[in-house]
Amino acid sequence: MERITKRFAGVTANWAVDFDLRAGEVHALLGENGAGKSTLMNVLYGLYQPDGGRILLSGREQAFSSPRDARAAGIGMVHQHFMLIPSQTVWENMILGHEDLPSILPKKDVRRRILDLSDRYGLAVDPDAKVWQLSVGEQQRVAILQMLFRSARVLILDEPTAVLTPQEARQLFDTIGQMTAEGYGVVFISHKLDEVMAFSQRVTVLRKGRLVATVATEATTKERLAEMMVGEKVVLEIDRPAMAPGRTILECRDLRVLGDRGFPAIRDLSLSVREHEVLGIAGVAGNGQQELCEALVGLRTADRGRVIVDGEDLTNASPRTFIRKKVHYIPADRKGTGLVANMDVKENSILKRYSARPVSKGGFIDWKEVASFARTVVSRFGVNAPSTETPVRNLSGGNLQKLMLGRELSDSPKAVLAMHPTWGLDVAATKFVREQLLAQRERGAAVLLVSEDLDELLSMSDRLAVLCKGELMGVLDAPDRTPVETIGLMMAGTPLAEIEGAEVSA
Amino acid sequence: MRGLLKVEPRLSSPWWLGAVITFSSIASALALGGVFLAFMGVSPLEAYAVILRSALGDGYGVSETVVKAIPLTIAGIAVMLAFTMGLWNIGAEGQIFIGAIASAAMVRYFPSESRAVALSSMLAAGLWAAFAGYLKARWNINEIITTLMLTYVAMNLLNYFVYGPWRDPAGLGFPITAPFPDSARLPTLWGTRIHLGIVLAVVLPCVAWVVLRFSRWGYELRVMGENPRAAGFAGMNYTRNVALVMFLSGAIAGIAGMCELSGLQGRLQHGFSGGYGNTAIIVAWLARLNPLAIVLVSFLMGVLLVGGESLQVIMRLPLSSVMVLQGLILFFILGGEFFRKYRIRRVGAAITGDMEREER
Repeated sequence: MERITKRFAGVTANWAVDFDLRAGEVHALLGENGAGKSTLMNVLYGLYQPDGGRILLSGREQAFSSPRDARAAGIGMVHQHFMLIPSQTVWENMILGHEDLPSILPKKDVRRRILDLSDRYGLAVDPDAKVWQLSVGEQQRVAILQMLFRSARVLILDEPTAVLTPQEARQLFDTIGQMTAEGYGVVFISHKLDEVMAFSQRVTVLRKGRLVATVATEATTKERLAEMMVGEKVVLEIDRPAMAPGRTILECRDLRVLGDRGFPAIRDLSLSVREHEVLGIAGVAGNGQQELCEALVGLRTADRGRVIVDGEDLTNASPRTFIRKKVHYIPADRKGTGLVANMDVKENSILKRYSARPVSKGGFIDWKEVASFARTVVSRFGVNAPSTETPVRNLSGGNLQKLMLGRELSDSPKAVLAMHPTWGLDVAATKFVREQLLAQRERGAAVLLVSEDLDELLSMSDRLAVLCKGELMGVLDAPDRTPVETIGLMMAGTPLAEIEGAEVSA
Repeated sequence: MRGLLKVEPRLSSPWWLGAVITFSSIASALALGGVFLAFMGVSPLEAYAVILRSALGDGYGVSETVVKAIPLTIAGIAVMLAFTMGLWNIGAEGQIFIGAIASAAMVRYFPSESRAVALSSMLAAGLWAAFAGYLKARWNINEIITTLMLTYVAMNLLNYFVYGPWRDPAGLGFPITAPFPDSARLPTLWGTRIHLGIVLAVVLPCVAWVVLRFSRWGYELRVMGENPRAAGFAGMNYTRNVALVMFLSGAIAGIAGMCELSGLQGRLQHGFSGGYGNTAIIVAWLARLNPLAIVLVSFLMGVLLVGGESLQVIMRLPLSSVMVLQGLILFFILGGEFFRKYRIRRVGAAITGDMEREER
């Protein structure tokens, strides 16, 4: 790609960016939120048409007017939000977008090819499962398979590890390794410096839409990359002062919750979070984390067991009751659950407070009050939006998260449940989100943090609970002093008691 | 790169775009409709002139247009309410029938209770629609199917009464009921056929506008319409509101039926509504679900309907030719949606050169 320029109504997302990818290499594309990484790759994938510059493939100039053209040229992209059809099976998703399908779907052949490919690249997935039943990690595998199925030679992965556990991420990089060994070219968009250092051969850094540099990974350091990315020296560590926890705020006892498929997603789980405390929840994606959070805020009924908030039994109370009791939830699915994409910043800012004073007066909404509240949230949480009247669908992931965070944390919550709060965010935004959550802990809130980023959990949590298949494997009182292997074992399904028992007998 | 036309998503739509697109859609529809009229062997300009002259040319024309606009506005508000919440109530026609049947029943069996007529029509049509709403809320049964099917049930129910037990013995065998007594008629105004329903057609859109824009419940409706998951997350009760909104939507459509019956026709008859419930769907979308715009659009549709009747008489065209025009307008409006969401640009060498200049 040469001198690619892309402008959106007044914003230059890419300015004369050069980028090249060699066969058989992993090329990391690094940059902050809004640095233009995704835009550049969307241009390559034919989703956007560049305002300037050209794309060359094996020396030949290309004009992609749609992703279809790009796919025909052998370029495949796996987005952060997978382009899959949830209600269809894996194999049906594979043939999505194939033009010359026979009128009777070749199910057998498709299944065989899926199994071949998944075998070859270590992408285990059940071809007959419906996509909505799969965990995020599995869906990603389907999305990658989809590209391989279409015989892509160049694979673009947009923040692929943001949704994966350490183990899954390692698996993914094994897959990528296998593919590059066979001559595939892989671009992966990321802002996790560790994985960029560990798994790429070259790194291209973008900042504010401009190319900073393309360097060989061996010839650089993490600190150097961070500096190139942000434009100044950055401190990566986060400060979590020791605090004495207070009384129990959020508690569940012998909780059993059914998942979407009608099977128990949470089995006989007892947990509690106290004031001034962050309880981390670790576990591989889809092991009941979401169902747990939903049950703890009234969005999912508890089949058995109890949910207690500040001493009051709120089992199966309505979501509004939980909101009134100042239990706030930051869902993982920002645009799908947490925000209304077609409504503006102002309207989204009151989603949790529209029904009470001062926003609602006598059944009517005081839009003046709303506007001033929205401005407060936007300025306090640094939401970068053109105005409070901008539809939130036009905001970037980081700004969506800041807006949601601002909304949920402005009510001085008693308990905050945050699910993957830094998923897909850049260094600065991640740091900001973590600091905000810790500030809530300092203020006296009980914080429950679900994450699949173990580093994040270790640096944030006072205690760490590990889930596997909806069961509690144990709660670690000093997670940062626990060997990572122990946590890994627990995530894979060995209860803590068993591990400790083994240690004692040894 | 070659100079090509490219389609790409719009990041924002300027405020004037909606109006420009609506007007150009109507203009395109009239243009294409002109071609169609030419094929029918009449001069399009003359035909449009007839439409305008007959609907707006004199006091009588205008009053007739208003008469048509009244039920359209009321039914338009009814479906708009459901559409705003993301519910596809396309059964307003059936709900109009039910409202009318309930009014006729009240007039027939409780002639002294003339004030309860409106109430009974709202209640009956509201429950009729709420049934579809309940099925949707409880078992997630598609409301498009149920409201459409219920329309046929309502239509046949009406036919049963006018051909059967309620047929006017003095009606020479026509499928009509006996005329309403004067006490059960809405007063007409200014010596025209415009009836008291006009008050509702003015008040309802204003109320709807205020409720949707400023009330807490209106905010809830809009959130639920845009994203039911987020609505649940915010503590809104989707299930209850589905039934409630369908009830209100049906009730308002029922009122439209009542007005048409006791304001205008004075007796129940076969083919009673003339498709107002279906045209209301077009009206609501043409108005982009804006309650105030519904009044305007209804008037425009009234012009087409009145003009269409004259076309029939003066130019000997079938009434369905006006339906074709209506269909074309809706078609272009929906097509125009595309331009609100996307823009078409030329990309090519010129822009590259432009960029290099800028860089210098």
